[in-house]
Amino acid sequence: MAIWLLLLVPAAAGLFCFLSRSSSLCRYILCMAAVFHFLLVTWLWTHHGKTIPSAWIGLDDVGLLFLSITSLLFLGSSVYTFGYLKAEAQGHRKDLEENIFFKNSHDSVFTGCLLLFLSTMTLVTVSRHLGLMWVAIEATTLSSAPLIYYHRHHRSLEAVWKYILICSIGIALAMLGNFFIVVAGSEIGDTGNLLSLGELTANASNLNPTWLKAAFVLCFVGYGTKMGLAPMHNWLPDAHSEAPSSVSALLSGALLNCAFLVLLRIHVVMIAAGLGQTSSQLFVLLGLISLVFAAVFIIGQKDFKRMLAYSSVEHMGIIALGIGIGGIGISGSIFHAINHSLVKGMLFMTAGNIMTAYQTKNIDSVRGLLYTRPITAMLWLAGSIAIIGSPPFGTFLSELTILGGMIDTHRYGVAAVYLLTLGIIFAALSAKVLPMIFLRPTGELGQENPLPGPEPAWSVAPLAVFGIFALILGVYMPPWLSKVLDEITRYVGGQ
Amino acid sequence: MKYIITTHLLFTLILCPVIPGIIQKVKAFFAGRKGKPVLQMYYDWGKLLRKGAVYSRTTTWIFKASPLISVATGIIGVMLVPLGKTPNLLSFPGDMILLVYLFGFARFATVLAALDTGSAFEGMGASREVQFSMLAEPAMLLGLCALSALSGETSMSTMFTSLQAGTRPVLAAAIFIVLLAENSRIPFDDPNTHLELTMIHEVMILDHSGPDLAFIEYGAALKFWIYASLTASLIVPPGFSGEWKSLGAGLIALILVVAAVGIVESVMARLKLTRVPQLLVGATILSLISLILIIR
Amino acid sequence: MNSIFNFLMILLILLNFRLLSSSRLIPCIHTFVMQAVILTLVAWLTHRHNLNIHLIILMSVNVILKAIALPWMLSRVAHKRAISRELDPIVGYTASLIIGALLLGISVLISQPLYLSHTAVENFFLPISLFTIFSGLFITIARKKAITQVLGYMVMENGIYTFGMAMAIHEPFIVELSVLLDIFVAVLIMGVAIFHISREFDHMDTDRLSVLRDL
Repeated sequence: MAIWLLLLVPAAAGLFCFLSRSSSLCRYILCMAAVFHFLLVTWLWTHHGKTIPSAWIGLDDVGLLFLSITSLLFLGSSVYTFGYLKAEAQGHRKDLEENIFFKNSHDSVFTGCLLLFLSTMTLVTVSRHLGLMWVAIEATTLSSAPLIYYHRHHRSLEAVWKYILICSIGIALAMLGNFFIVVAGSEIGDTGNLLSLGELTANASNLNPTWLKAAFVLCFVGYGTKMGLAPMHNWLPDAHSEAPSSVSALLSGALLNCAFLVLLRIHVVMIAAGLGQTSSQLFVLLGLISLVFAAVFIIGQKDFKRMLAYSSVEHMGIIALGIGIGGIGISGSIFHAINHSLVKGMLFMTAGNIMTAYQTKNIDSVRGLLYTRPITAMLWLAGSIAIIGSPPFGTFLSELTILGGMIDTHRYGVAAVYLLTLGIIFAALSAKVLPMIFLRPTGELGQENPLPGPEPAWSVAPLAVFGIFALILGVYMPPWLSKVLDEITRYVGGQ
Repeated sequence: MKYIITTHLLFTLILCPVIPGIIQKVKAFFAGRKGKPVLQMYYDWGKLLRKGAVYSRTTTWIFKASPLISVATGIIGVMLVPLGKTPNLLSFPGDMILLVYLFGFARFATVLAALDTGSAFEGMGASREVQFSMLAEPAMLLGLCALSALSGETSMSTMFTSLQAGTRPVLAAAIFIVLLAENSRIPFDDPNTHLELTMIHEVMILDHSGPDLAFIEYGAALKFWIYASLTASLIVPPGFSGEWKSLGAGLIALILVVAAVGIVESVMARLKLTRVPQLLVGATILSLISLILIIR
Repeated sequence: MNSIFNFLMILLILLNFRLLSSSRLIPCIHTFVMQAVILTLVAWLTHRHNLNIHLIILMSVNVILKAIALPWMLSRVAHKRAISRELDPIVGYTASLIIGALLLGISVLISQPLYLSHTAVENFFLPISLFTIFSGLFITIARKKAITQVLGYMVMENGIYTFGMAMAIHEPFIVELSVLLDIFVAVLIMGVAIFHISREFDHMDTDRLSVLRDL
């Protein structure tokens, strides 16, 4: 019952927003729906023993964890969006970089799609049937596409086109993978709902291994495209940099996690069928490739939002690596997913603040952030330290756990590449971020020189909350969280 | 058995000049004319054999030998190819490769004769003809390979007797396209054009006269008969049991194929020169499809 | 029975080749419609002994969507923007034909180890569906115009559906219906995006959408 409310309330609110013409009403509906969703999710934490999983929908530990991250991120992002939409003008505006005129989407479309996006992401986390998961992931692609196209100019159009086409093709391959799984189970006889997770894990040893392996490869490529693993990550920098900041935060922090969740569930099936080696190897391979790609492309970046997008690729690579390593790496991976979502959400929204202040996305043009927007500068500094994996933030602990997993399983080569790429990213990011904050603007051409300005509460409060959470997770692991992580590790790895 | 083979061979040798006549009649019917008589080529033959040949001073013995070579290869080829289930005089495993190379040899002789005259137009026509044949030969070979795989035999005479139903229409289409290409029919070449710049095959034989021209035309008719009987054998339904009945059915199918060529000539226009490779690659792929599907 | 399936199989392969080698847009869309109709026919023939209301609804929705609604939408976009030909593809048309033949060989090769002890029907259609998926992917990669890329995506979905229908995969009704709905909405959104692209850029060449890049 509660789960149905979780799904239907945002969807209904979204449809209502589509139909209404008043922008302020839409904004309020957005925030109220976000608050309702978040409260319901927190209620579920204490009461979720009552929800009985059916073949289709049910909440287990992993799902609930990812659902709460999504909900929290959405709440923060909706507060930010409230102020953002209010501040954005509705008529023709001049573009920052190329001096062209463009318009924005109408607020009702934007908020409606945001709410539908929340609803579809919730569906991904609560579904227990692979077919339903497929439908939900495709629906997230479709509902987030108009969000990226908020500023209607040619760059965002290009980003939207790449996003839709690449993700849809990837997900179509994942559907073929679903079919392959059904075929793998054709020797079992009539099981009815084979793609339901319960049935799959129960019948796992009877599945045809060749078909199952082929199915996993297809699903991995398909959902890996959505997750942002290299080399299928090409849509990610464009989409995440051209979308408005709150949408980027959601895409990076929540959507990539949802795709990862689906991959995790299929990985569990593979382990139950005895083919865990294959899937782990694939995870490790693509995780390493993602790390290398991200490291290479961050070095030359000139646009700080694209830099953050490549950092998302990097962190998704780390998460995939953790799952592939297994054992304690799984717990590190899930913890890293939590930390990354919090920090990345904060970072993207901070980037939005910087863009509003400096009217540019160019790294070299932003100087002296500490003196013009001190709170934003602090948040930007904290976020960057967190995202490169420094203590005292939670990302350090999770990356260390994954490293420990690698040492435990004697995969020293993997650990070497891991550390090397992390080091490169550490250096590159610091070299870009620190001048932005501390150096005074020199008055050269191309450097903006805004005066110290106001920092409205809506633009810093959610970010500060996320930052504090990330900091807390770095120094203190709440026991309930530790218990949940152990449960998940047992569920995935069987240890 | 011997009677049927002899009859088949005699029919071939005597009846093949009827083919251009049938095509002309079909085209005339589509154009609303009465057209030339069906037996026109016999009359032309008679006229040409009585005349003397005129040889240009730039030519050598190659020019004189080429018509004889094309007739000779045509006659040998005719002795190899069956019509439907009716076998032929010569048959041994792998004779289809001999067939393709006989055509290659004949083409070689014609091209040499064309170059021998030293005329620019003939050289141009020769180069175009060779280019098209280069693309058509894989189609032909693949089609014959597919045929051999479909029937499990390697000799053409026995291939059609043990032919199973399968991808016959596709193969027939592929060999039909090769037929159009090799015999210089629309959409590859217009046999009625009188502008040397647009000729491909006609221009190569432009300088021959008298008995040489008669032999060349007879050789072309034989070549047409060979391709047409291959295509006809593919479209004959496999139900005929008696020898004479299958020969009759084969002949009727042959006439249908010839009529189809006439229809294609009347209905279509010539393809742009850059489009021709695409069509020939398409024919190759049709043969490839049937080969893949059979081997699978 | 076998011969009908044989015939349909060859027709499907030929339609795929036509898609690969044709430069004109409207005939490509018509080819896609023919493919969708034949695939529904195949599904009907495979299941005609155990039809129930679910399958009938699914097949009719399939036909309506893929043979009527989506092609109509795409051809409207093509007409509105007066696009008739893809003149400058990334891979030329003759080369596309040859690559198509290679893809057919590869899909036959891949189908060998994926052998199932099912009836001959399913054995026929596994390479065909893989070939359709590959040609859809190839069309998306090798063409520049956005509308051709959407067509490639739709052909890929067609191939995946062929696989499902031929392997008699019984996913639950709701899921199948929502899958179809998802595809419909996806193509709808892509159509809107194409409209915006052509209005914004005055052309439809996604090859020229290269402002956002790192290299």
